[in-house]
Amino acid sequence: MTYIPHSPKERDEMLATIGVEKLEDLFKAIPAAHRYPDLDLPPALSEMEAATELSEISLANETTAELVSFLGAGVYNHYIPAAINHILLRGEFYTAYTPYQPEISQGTLQAIFEYQSMIANLTGMDVANASHYDGATAVAEAVNMAMAQYRDKRKKIVMSPSVHPQYQATTDTYTQFSDIDIVGAESGHSSTPEALAELIDENTALVVVQYPDFFGRIFDYTKLGEAAHEAGALFCIVANPTALGMLKTPGEMGADMVVGEGQPLGISMSYGGPYLGFFTTRQEYVRKMAGRLVGESVDSRGQRAYVLTLTPREQHIKRERATSNICTNQGLLALAAGVYMSLLGQTGMRQVAELCYHKAHYAAERIATIPGFDLCHSEPFFHEFAVCCPTSVDEINAHLLEHGILGGYDLGQDYPELKDHMLVAVTEKTSKEEIDALVEVLSEVNHD
Amino acid sequence: MKFPSNLKYTKSDEWVDLESGKIGLTDYAQDQLSDIVFVEALVEVDDDVEVGGEISSVESVKASAEVYAPAGGKIVAVNEGLADTPEVINSDPFGAGWLVQVEVSSQSDELMDAAAYEKYCAERD
Amino acid sequence: MTDFKLTEAPKIVEPTIYELSSPGRTGVTYPDPDVPRAKLPDELLRKVIPLPELSEVDVIRHFVKLSTFNYSVDSGFYPLGSCTMKYNPKINEDTARLPGFANLHPLQPIETTQGALMLMYQLQEWLKEISGFDAITLQPAAGAHGEFVGVLVMRAYHRDRNDNKRTKMLIPDSAHGTNPATSAMSGLKVVQIPSDERGNVDLEALRAEADDTLVGMMLTNPNTLGLFDENVEEVCRIVHEAGGLMYGDGANMNALLGIAKMADLGFDVMHYNLHKTFSTPHGGGGPGSGPVVVTAELAQFLPAPIVAVVEEEADGLPPLYGLVDPSKTVGRVKAFNGHFGMFVRAFTYIAMHGPDGLRDISEYAVLNANYLLTRLRDAYHVPYDRICMHEFVAEGRWKDAPDIHALDVAKRLMDYGFHPPTNYFPLIVHEALMIEPTETENKGTLDAFVDAMLKIADEAHTSPNLLHEAPTRTPFGRLDEVKAAKELILCCWLPEDYGNQ
Repeated sequence: MTYIPHSPKERDEMLATIGVEKLEDLFKAIPAAHRYPDLDLPPALSEMEAATELSEISLANETTAELVSFLGAGVYNHYIPAAINHILLRGEFYTAYTPYQPEISQGTLQAIFEYQSMIANLTGMDVANASHYDGATAVAEAVNMAMAQYRDKRKKIVMSPSVHPQYQATTDTYTQFSDIDIVGAESGHSSTPEALAELIDENTALVVVQYPDFFGRIFDYTKLGEAAHEAGALFCIVANPTALGMLKTPGEMGADMVVGEGQPLGISMSYGGPYLGFFTTRQEYVRKMAGRLVGESVDSRGQRAYVLTLTPREQHIKRERATSNICTNQGLLALAAGVYMSLLGQTGMRQVAELCYHKAHYAAERIATIPGFDLCHSEPFFHEFAVCCPTSVDEINAHLLEHGILGGYDLGQDYPELKDHMLVAVTEKTSKEEIDALVEVLSEVNHD
Repeated sequence: MKFPSNLKYTKSDEWVDLESGKIGLTDYAQDQLSDIVFVEALVEVDDDVEVGGEISSVESVKASAEVYAPAGGKIVAVNEGLADTPEVINSDPFGAGWLVQVEVSSQSDELMDAAAYEKYCAERD
Repeated sequence: MTDFKLTEAPKIVEPTIYELSSPGRTGVTYPDPDVPRAKLPDELLRKVIPLPELSEVDVIRHFVKLSTFNYSVDSGFYPLGSCTMKYNPKINEDTARLPGFANLHPLQPIETTQGALMLMYQLQEWLKEISGFDAITLQPAAGAHGEFVGVLVMRAYHRDRNDNKRTKMLIPDSAHGTNPATSAMSGLKVVQIPSDERGNVDLEALRAEADDTLVGMMLTNPNTLGLFDENVEEVCRIVHEAGGLMYGDGANMNALLGIAKMADLGFDVMHYNLHKTFSTPHGGGGPGSGPVVVTAELAQFLPAPIVAVVEEEADGLPPLYGLVDPSKTVGRVKAFNGHFGMFVRAFTYIAMHGPDGLRDISEYAVLNANYLLTRLRDAYHVPYDRICMHEFVAEGRWKDAPDIHALDVAKRLMDYGFHPPTNYFPLIVHEALMIEPTETENKGTLDAFVDAMLKIADEAHTSPNLLHEAPTRTPFGRLDEVKAAKELILCCWLPEDYGNQ
């Protein structure tokens, strides 16, 4: 009866009001043979016991708090200002439902409206929705939106092979029962925008690239966007929001959609989720964008107020005619991202971006001096870079772990031709001492 | 509620003027949808549309509806003005709120006259 | 009708974060770099970052002020049908934030994440046991995402048998909108099946559609009328005989914990909503979590990855948990390992309930719903009136008060300090008011809600304007939704002369 408030007396009064004798009498519609099955579960714990047990389970993990981490690949170990958690823990926010009743949900609505605004401003776009599940599903929804835009008359998607491999895999899953043709892999794992432009034709609905790409490289995609538009295709950039604290915006490069993973904006890594898929577009495509949207309006008392708008696009009204079945957004995570961007502001976003940049470049420069190690690419990069290693990444990482270091991501998992290649990520939290320690242990690897 | 007698009607609440070829949504339909905020034509001039083909998509604050052609033929005009003033469908559904005009070459065999349609609307309330 | 004061400039109750901005402020400080500065790529830099600038205290006060405009479970009764707005235990927030969970990177080697993997494995086992299914994925991010996964798995099953003519999904007219949207998104044709006069699936209509083009049927049980389908086993039999699969929408599992297992009833696939049944908070519209359970026959098609024991327990060493891909997986449906933070909360919740506690949840959720139904049925017409499960649907309309709609009843409830029930859903009830009290509300709260509802039914007849003008006691009145949809102001900016003042 952990969270059930009734006394036996109250229960009996209520049963009497209903006109039945016992609780079991309420379940007669259920086939008798299947009623009240045994549940083979451990007996209930008190809160005190549960707190202890969960604490013990959590301590069976070794985390980025104890280990020095150079792991990124789409999830980044940034500093999360303390104020964020204090806002997230306000029950008024986290125990509210979707703001369908605007009169008593203006807190959530205005917070989402501000989140939409900050994401649009950060990416250089006109409008953002209230968010998708994560970066991967945001990419899949971008594909969905492009197909809807062309009413399925164009069947081809040009997907850069240096879009996050899990985002590509998710898109493949989403589209497996359609006749969409996704191309791009043939241009090679480290292909350039010029090579991708070659693949665009009159049947192309969408071109998708990542910025910085999965290997950390930064390209100016302006020309690629022009090529997409010349062929009548839409252009989507998957962006890292931290990088946009210093880099030219995807909006300036002509993107029609900018999507991505919002985890770097003040959201804990939490073993993979929940995170935040941000999604922006240009005003002209707003009705084709799936997902919740908050708009500004006025209430019956003449007060400025906010409300969910364009809801007829959504599944609960359009049902089988909707382009997506999404019916949530990552509300609380959008709030976290909104508070993060509010706290950092122009100065903080720039500082974090530059700290990541400088530290990553220091790390890259140092690692490149170790015999046997080399940087894979020569293009400009942001806070992540690929390293060719003298032996298997598994082996190196096992050795690093012995020294309390979480090594980089093994690129061979997704790109067989990049066996013995490691993707190293550096954030503002990584200190010079930690980078030097990494370099020292890597040097030992080569001597082994 | 109006049911002009010179028009023919469908069960999905479109009207067609078989003389001029104009097609629109009925007074009943606009009332059910309430405030219309967006209209998108799904056909262009010179397109050929079949009976039952989608010609427009209409959105109000609480609902959305696809409009199906009660008569087939070549599209000769699309009401472009609705893009800026979709509310005209609410205020003048049989006049300025027309959606498209076709050169009628075929028509649905389930079209109703005004009296039959009025009865059909009454049954649904 | 509502009188919107459109001519005057709107009154600002709380400025936007942009309006509070002042040049040069920041809410966080960072150290200077401890490494030499690298050369920046000049041609790739942005010139301005048009974000707001505030101090920490400005930010805190702004968001705290906004929070006071929200109604929430922590502030009051939230009988929102089909949403299961039960109390969210505070301990769950603490366990989910334990540093040993919060600081885990999803791509760490499994040797360093055994605690997290063990927790996921255990949760998988528990959710299988509660529903009677054989296999599970925790990956889906929400209920609708779980539905999508379930439908992909059903299609993969038919594809694997080279049975490619199956393109039809049956969906009852009482279904959530996500069911048809999910089916359409998966490229399927949706056929709606009517309900009979007792609110069950109409068996005749079902038989007429059950042919060899059937992918299957999506059925919510208890359904959205809050009623347990009395023919559920027959429904499953008909669909199976046609070669189709039965999808169970688990939105209403709060009625069935320890009461019945969905697999025993004949379902092949089901999604859970951890944010409904297992009290992970709704967060103002997310994040959710929608694990999908399936029969053994469908296990090989589940999305990748799932948690498994990769090395058995031996020599006093615990088992090694890892991530594996099912043999004929439909693929990955999102990045990484699912909404792990939600798993920790649901795990904590189930651990604190045990088998008897889970059964209590459903018994008392059903008790509370029937108590409200009994006390309200004379004042509000209940079209499908029999013993309900965890919720029921009444009508917010009266023949002798023709101008009153469900919306008016809903808005008036706010004046009495309650969150309204779900309205205008399910679509098969006119002016629907869908009421779900959950098990965590006490009798006093339920009685107070009944009093308010009875008072409103009375006001609907004696002073209808009170309903039309409602709410008047909330910080905001009714919204001008037409203005929002026409003007489409979806974004705000810093003022044009920002920084030059």
